[in-house]
Order: sequence, then structure tokens, then C-alpha cells
Amino acid sequence: MNVQERWVAGRLNFPLPVLEEIACDIRRDILTLLAHAGTGHTGGSLSGADFLTAILFHEATVDPFTPTWKDRDFWHVSHGHVTPLIYSAMGERGYFPLRDLLSFRTIHGHLQGHPSVKDTPGLEVSAGSLGQGLSVAVGAALAAKMDRHPRRCFVCMGDGEQQEGSVWEAAMSAAHYKLDNLTAVIDVNRMQIDGPTSEVLGVEPLDEKYRAFGWEVFVVDGHDLAALLDAFTEAKNVKGKPSVLLAQTVMGKGWPEIEDNFTWHGKPPTIEQADRALQGLGANYGGWWARLEANGLKP
Amino acid sequence: MSRRTFEWRTTREGWGRGLVDLGERHEDVVVLVGDNTTSTQVHLFADRWPERFFQMGIAEQNMVNVAAGLSRFGKVPFYVTYSAFGIGRALDQLRVTIGYTPCNVKIGGGHSGISVGPDGATHQMLEDLAIMRALPNFTILVPADFEQTRKAVQAAYFIDGPVYIRFGREQVPCVTGPDDIFEVGKAQLMAEGSDCTCIATGQMVSEALIAHDQLADEGIWLRVLNMHTIKPLDEPAIACAARETGAIVTAEEHQIYGGLGSAVAQVVAEHAPVPMDYVAIMDHYGASGQPEELLDKFGLRASTIVGKVKRLLERKKN
Repeated sequence: MNVQERWVAGRLNFPLPVLEEIACDIRRDILTLLAHAGTGHTGGSLSGADFLTAILFHEATVDPFTPTWKDRDFWHVSHGHVTPLIYSAMGERGYFPLRDLLSFRTIHGHLQGHPSVKDTPGLEVSAGSLGQGLSVAVGAALAAKMDRHPRRCFVCMGDGEQQEGSVWEAAMSAAHYKLDNLTAVIDVNRMQIDGPTSEVLGVEPLDEKYRAFGWEVFVVDGHDLAALLDAFTEAKNVKGKPSVLLAQTVMGKGWPEIEDNFTWHGKPPTIEQADRALQGLGANYGGWWARLEANGLKP
Repeated sequence: MSRRTFEWRTTREGWGRGLVDLGERHEDVVVLVGDNTTSTQVHLFADRWPERFFQMGIAEQNMVNVAAGLSRFGKVPFYVTYSAFGIGRALDQLRVTIGYTPCNVKIGGGHSGISVGPDGATHQMLEDLAIMRALPNFTILVPADFEQTRKAVQAAYFIDGPVYIRFGREQVPCVTGPDDIFEVGKAQLMAEGSDCTCIATGQMVSEALIAHDQLADEGIWLRVLNMHTIKPLDEPAIACAARETGAIVTAEEHQIYGGLGSAVAQVVAEHAPVPMDYVAIMDHYGASGQPEELLDKFGLRASTIVGKVKRLLERKKN
């Protein structure tokens, strides 16, 4: 196989119903591991489940068994506090056994509170301080351009993260170098720790800002997987400039009790709350905990 | 008086030439710059390999992490700007993305130290060693002259992990030759002596050698160590010098707190406590002036070393 063929072979390309099932499983994982750990970020983890599913199970070419495979695509979640989401998606994708999710944020586990490459192979760079990931993606995209490699580079950011000045340095450089192999996704859930983003420090209009910085902008329902896949396809076909998907999402999506409630940025559900939330997603805490413990082999 | 005559060249030219040497042999070497191509001498590289050279503008935080991204896909990025900005502005990126990952990124800290001259305090980075020493996973190199900087660049390529190389703007005396061995983590013995040791770094090595000559005229034998690697520090050489010469003075173009002097004192206190003194910037910001005037004003001179050595010898007697 040549590079192009090998690169395509690393893509899963699951059909829509399977992707929707995976996104739901990831939400169940998130709630279970958070309640089990008793610490971690709930709101943004749930809001990002759909677009990260689209990236890891449809768009990106990766080999979880060879995380540093040289022909891989680049994917990175810059708002590193959503580790429940990142690790759940990685576990479902096969980077490590699902049982490991139950060691989240513990001294004996390999899943740190914020992403650490040394501890969790498959991550590209450590993260946790906001505003850094887009620059890393620019570097990965430049490397692909240098090598004339078909690699695509995906980077996810929070909308509150757009308050960091370094994001705009990176946005400027991506357009300057015409990085059409770079696709950013912003989780526009409109909330951050201290309140609605519009009240803390307004970032809108993000579409006009990115357009002014020389990007192609797609505003998309961040919970509609079909719409997300379409937007990723359109972004792939953009030539001569980077693309950004402004994923319109709901913080806490999937657990109606907390949706759009900013106080759920950084706290976990109790086991009782998680059980209630999981029942809304067609599962229950004990059953899903047992599934994780059994590495996903038993329902 | 000193019997030495030196050839003078800039360390930044050593950086630029070192990159060209590497570029010829290794296709994976790429260079990023923050709007100071000529003053950091990377035009030498850019002219030869424009496709491996990235102008990143006045956006240091971005430049650091773009280098990180390049390093994830087989490139060995060397980024350079003035250390006041490449280190000072981008500390968070260095700490989280470059250091914690860690990424195989090489950092050139140009225009370091008081000898930057007329630009004044904002551009005279005197805190970089303290900052970088505190970050795990980094190797820190402070070559003494043109030739050694050139070799430090070569050596950095072969270290698997982040490396910070500090260099300056002005011409400094050439104290090493093309045939001298440069080994990362091993102090270079520049002059033998038994009464006291001066552990110097960067351009202060030449001042230490002048101090050695002046003291020799008075029958005092000053050992001179060129501590070109600040991290990992050559602890055996320091402990050995403390035991064999019984007194140590450090010399650096950096703040008194957190630099070479602090690092050496930690080793001396642990392994072989002896009287110590420091030649450094004494908790001040820099100032405008000609480089030579500034070195005089802030006491970064052989005469300061000589005075401190004599006082150390008195303390040794007591």
C-alpha cells in the first residue's frame, strides 16, 4: 500500500446510526466515570460528545494500536478540561481498555485530570492551559504541507477559550500559511465557569471574527451528526484557507436536568444523579459501570 | 595583567552557522523565527532552505506551539527570537506543551544578558536561566563563544527532548577552538588552579580567564570551569572543585537569584560546603548603554572576580 492507501485504510467511516450509538455510549461513559471518580468536568464533556465522535469514528485516520504512526491524522482537544470526553472517546476507539476509565484522576491510573502525553499514549501534546492547541495544529498542518502528505488536522476548542489572545495569533498564522488541511471545531455551548460567555467576556460574533481572520466558517448544529459530517466534508473541500466549524451545542447535552446550567462546568454528578441521567440515556449506573469494568465486553 | 589576546566573534553567528551545518546533514531540521531573522542570524539558514524556514511574526506564544506541532510529525524545529520574548512571553506554552509533553523542540534565546546594550532593560533578558531551570525535561546550554555555540546547536539536535540554548548579541572573546570537545553536561576545564575555582558561564568565561592571569601574577592559582551546561549540571566537577580548591566564585550574565550561582550553591551545600561568592546582576533590571559600559557598571568583570577571590581566600584562612 502506498501512503494514500494506508492513510485511507486507517479511517473507520462508520454509518450514521452507528455513530449516533457511539456518541450515546460516550455520554454514558462520561457520566459513569465522573460519578465513579467524584471529580471532573461534566458540562463541556457532554456538549462535545457528538463532534468528537464524528472526528474519531468517521473523519480522522488513526491507529490506536500505533498511536505515533507517522501517517496518522492529527487530532487534539485544546480545552483539556474535558478529559472525561477525551478519555471516553479514546477508550471506545480502542486506545486503551475501557476499564481504565474507572481510574480517572486517581494516583494509580494513567488518566490524569488534564491530558498528559506521558501518561496516555495517543494524545499529541499535553494540555490544560487554554489557548494552546490551535497553534499545535498549525504546526502539524505545516509539517503535512512540507511533506506533501494528505494528513488532515483536527483541533477542538471551547468558546470561552476564544478569550485567550494566543488563539488569535494561531488563527492569523493558519490563514497566512493557507492551511486548508486544518479544521478547527469550536464547542459553542455559550457557558464558562463564571457564567454565560456573553456576560463573562463576550466572544461573539465568532463567525465574523474568523472570516475576518481569513477562515472559511461553517455554523452547524453541534448535536446533529449528519450535519456535522456534511460540514466536515465541506471543510475538506475548501482550498487555500483553514476551516472552522462553529458547533452550536448545549452544555450538559444528554442530561436534561443540567442542560445550559453553567454551574455544571467543573463538578461531577453523584452516583444517584448519574443513575438518573443514565436512565434517560437508556442505561443505568450499575449496568454501565459493569460494562466498563468488563472492558465493554458485557452489556 | 592579562597576557591573553582574543579573537572576537558573536555567539549569534555561531547559532546561525550551526543551523546551516545541521541543515546540510539533516533534512528534518526546520527553523522558525519571530520577526528578527537577521539579528538572530537565521537568514543564513533561510537563504539556503526557504522551504524549511517559517516566519512566525511577532506572536511568540503561537511560534512555540507551532514548533511543538511540527515536532509531532518528524521535524526537529529550532525556534529563535530574543529570549526576553521567546521565554518571557511564552512561558505557559513552554511549561505545558513543550516541557510537560515533552516535545523535541530546540529553543534559541538570542540577545540574552546585559550586553545587549542600548536597547535597555526590556530587551536584556536576565531571568531566563532561573525560569528554564525550574521546568522539568529541559536541557539548558549557555555556550561561551562563537565556536562553542556552533557545537551546542549540533549537540542539541542529538538530544531527544527540549533544549534551550542561550546566546548574546555582541562580539565576545573566542575562548574555545574548533578542536575542543563540547560534551553536554560536562564542565570544560579552561585553566587549572588550586587556590579557588571560578565557575563561569557564557561570555563570563573570558572574564574568568583574564582574572586567572591577573591572580597568577600575584601567585594565586584560580581554576576556571566553563559551565556551558546549566542543566543537567556537572555536579561531580563542582564537588571536586570545592574539595580540591576550597572556595568557589560563580560568574554569569544573569540575575543572582535562580541562575548558575544558585545552581552551584545547591551542589556545594550538599556535597562539599566551602566559602562561596557570586558575580552576577544583583537583583536589578538592566539599563541602556554600550555593552562594555554596562559590563563595567554592573561589575561583570575580571576585576570583580579578582576582588571576590581575594576575599574568599581570606575567609578560607579563618
